[in-house]
Amino acid sequence: MRTTLAKLRAPGLYRAGLGFAIGIAFATAITWVVRSSTGHATFHHYLSGDAILTVSLIASPIFFLVGLGGFDYWLYWAAGRPTRPEDHSSHGAHSWKDYFRINTDHKVIGIQYTVTAFFFLLVGGLLAMLMRAQLAQPGAQFVDANTYNGLFSVHASLLIFLFVIPVFAGLANYVLPLMIGAPDMAFPRLNALSYWLLPLAGLMMLSSFLAPGGAFADGWTAYTPLSIDAPIGQDFFSIGVQLAGASSIMTALNFLVTIITMRAPGMSFFRMPLLVWANFATSLLVVIATPFIAASQFFVLLDHALGFNFFNAGKGGDVLMYQHVFWFYSHPAVYIMMLPGFGIISEVIAVKARKPIFGYRMMAFSLLAIVALGFTVWAHHMFTSGMASWIRIPMAITTAIIAVPTGIKIFSWLATLWRGILHLDTPMLFALGFLTTFTLGGISGVMLAMVPFDIHVSASYFIVAHIHYVLFGGSLMTIFAGVYYWFPKMTGRTFDERLGKWHFWTTFVFFNLTFAPMHILGLEGMPRRVATYASKFADLNLFISIASFALGLSTLIFVYNIVTSWRGGPRAAANPWRGLTLEWQVSSPPPIFNFDRVPTVVGGPYEYGVPGAVHGIFAPAPVPATVGGGAPVTTGGGVHAPSE
Amino acid sequence: MPSRRSIAATGVAALIATAIGIALSYAIHWFPVQASTQAKNTDTLYHVLAIASIPIFVLVVTVILFSVWHFRMKPGQELQDGPPIHGNTRLEVLWTAFPAALLLGLVSYSFVVLHDNERKPAGKEIVVEVTGQQFAWTYQYPPSVTGGAPFSSTQLYLPNNESVDFAIRSKDVIHAFWIPAFRLQIDAVPGITTHYRATPDRIGSYPVVCNLLCGVGHSTMRSTVHVVAPARFEAWVRSGGASQSSTG
Ligand SMILES: [Cu+2]
Ligand SMILES: [Cu+2]
Repeated sequence: MRTTLAKLRAPGLYRAGLGFAIGIAFATAITWVVRSSTGHATFHHYLSGDAILTVSLIASPIFFLVGLGGFDYWLYWAAGRPTRPEDHSSHGAHSWKDYFRINTDHKVIGIQYTVTAFFFLLVGGLLAMLMRAQLAQPGAQFVDANTYNGLFSVHASLLIFLFVIPVFAGLANYVLPLMIGAPDMAFPRLNALSYWLLPLAGLMMLSSFLAPGGAFADGWTAYTPLSIDAPIGQDFFSIGVQLAGASSIMTALNFLVTIITMRAPGMSFFRMPLLVWANFATSLLVVIATPFIAASQFFVLLDHALGFNFFNAGKGGDVLMYQHVFWFYSHPAVYIMMLPGFGIISEVIAVKARKPIFGYRMMAFSLLAIVALGFTVWAHHMFTSGMASWIRIPMAITTAIIAVPTGIKIFSWLATLWRGILHLDTPMLFALGFLTTFTLGGISGVMLAMVPFDIHVSASYFIVAHIHYVLFGGSLMTIFAGVYYWFPKMTGRTFDERLGKWHFWTTFVFFNLTFAPMHILGLEGMPRRVATYASKFADLNLFISIASFALGLSTLIFVYNIVTSWRGGPRAAANPWRGLTLEWQVSSPPPIFNFDRVPTVVGGPYEYGVPGAVHGIFAPAPVPATVGGGAPVTTGGGVHAPSE
Repeated sequence: MPSRRSIAATGVAALIATAIGIALSYAIHWFPVQASTQAKNTDTLYHVLAIASIPIFVLVVTVILFSVWHFRMKPGQELQDGPPIHGNTRLEVLWTAFPAALLLGLVSYSFVVLHDNERKPAGKEIVVEVTGQQFAWTYQYPPSVTGGAPFSSTQLYLPNNESVDFAIRSKDVIHAFWIPAFRLQIDAVPGITTHYRATPDRIGSYPVVCNLLCGVGHSTMRSTVHVVAPARFEAWVRSGGASQSSTG
């Protein structure tokens, strides 16, 4: 038993809690010093609750992370003290407690990411249930308008920044190094830090409900000037986004360097699995685009907290500039939330149809085409914003054209199915469900590129329908496909296939019943983000609310299946799906350093049906793998050469 | 390899599904009533988009269902693989070029509709100034309309079959001035004046909706537009926008 003092000195949650408290004390002190040292009328109180809260939101997460140990290595190095060489003793997780500390093992981090993201999916989904309870009847008083506006704002923010984006990063964190034959990510400490930013960002956004004046209530879009005049809850969003965005950028850099420098011998770019390509493309998007939303929310923070007037039209600010900067990130964000899913679908369909991916190179090139085109379409969110009207023309053309590479991917997946031998199990059902619902979301997206039509339905329930067909029918379907597909690899256990199928069918049916009628509501003239609505929309809204509750319940099947299978499901084989990619050639779960023998890649990743084809081979004699200059790694067993 | 007969039968089924889909897209009541010339153009565009989209969706679903039906794993195939088909350049060129041409065609047509909807028509045009503020709309009728002193009203009256140019401003945050029956909206943005043009062509009263989140009262920031015969409009203007109970 360590003493309390020792616990407070060692990196971990205790010291992190201490750091958090120091952060608040620091915020209070600096606010007092600044205010008392200036005679400016703005600072007429020495202590202001709002100012302390805002500074705390910035300071306490940083102090928390210092306390947790996220910066230890760099702080020792910067202070000229002997750094502690990574001895990899922290790799692997031996009990659940190991998931609650800084851990540099990409497999542990992958699970930390994925589980945290699913926690926020459940919270975000619960907020949606509250919204549908309010909307079940026009004029309902389930919650007041301000709370309702907070519900949809936090719902969207959590699901975008704390679920879809990080869950893809989490799944890729786990499987991507394995797929390219690497022992870990390129920067394991950065990886750990980027994970720990996430729970802080999520809890900050969620706790805004406790702020005076309520949660941030102007949507995840935080349009100015509404967000500038909002209560202090707005800062929980502005600063939370900085944390989530920083996490995103760190992980993207990590993926890029890992993919470029750590591929196994023989793995050329055109031998990479498409999941790796997809995360390569996504990381490019993240690195280029995410600074723009960080900037936009910095501007809002400075306007909101300090009166900078960036977006105050009366003081020379520019209201529309906010929207341009915001959407310059937030359109590419749509692809940040979709391309990794495309990668998952390619893996699942090739393995489950037992065929090579049709048109592999075009699949890779279309990802890059989407990255490039994705930066040229942002103002399609602004067709009715009052911006210069000529901008609508080029942006409508690029928006229509970006459907071409997406179409190539859909047609190529269909062609991959053709004449395959289809294993219609849970991951495949989600992949096929994705193809249908995402096609609908793509079609409504093309319709929205048509300016006169967009002028009618922009910001209406049609948009709510479209975005959920893309992010739920698209992204979430691929996430479920991926979680089921890699569940045996990540946990070493087998999930219950019957429950998996139940989960798919209930999700697929109630998803469509929930979101398809929203198209009609929008066309008929119902605006989004309203706590009440005209009585002529009552019937459809009641129908949608009932369907959405069933959709919410369907998630419980998933949770039950995952929890019970993880705890006591049958042991999984190393390669239950007979996949060729490298992650299936090691045990389930993989050895601590992934590969006891360095794989050599000798062919494409999807050579199903080619007699004798292998993707990777393992050197006949054990070659000690060395990680980062540490000691040779010797862990027993677990390597399975592909058996063809 | 599935037989030619089953492929042909599936093709016929897909064609029938497409026909039913297109028929449904006309049968379903998608929109509120059309009360402007712009609404007619936009609805036509919508139907063209539906006609272009339905065959594509049917194609995707048909290939999936056909594959599930014909290529699902049968007993004894557990360890087998499909044929190693890596691609087909012709097919890949086709499904790149054809959608590109279709999309460029559709977007060009949408520009024609946009141009028609925004063009100033030959006849008379009045200007109505719209001001959004949390959480109500007010309408100013300038001297060019009143022939005398301008007045402002919380009522929006418009003469039937005359073009109106809305000049839209905001006093506080962004709102959106949406008239679903006209299929038109634009944001009311503080600091600038935005515009759109409508030609109402159906007498009646229709909702005006704020369609951009503007605060706690956003949900109830609604108003009504009354499209009336020109003579009635003149009378209403002469009375200085006196509130009238009956509409129609
Ligand atoms: Cu977009
Ligand atoms: Cu409003």
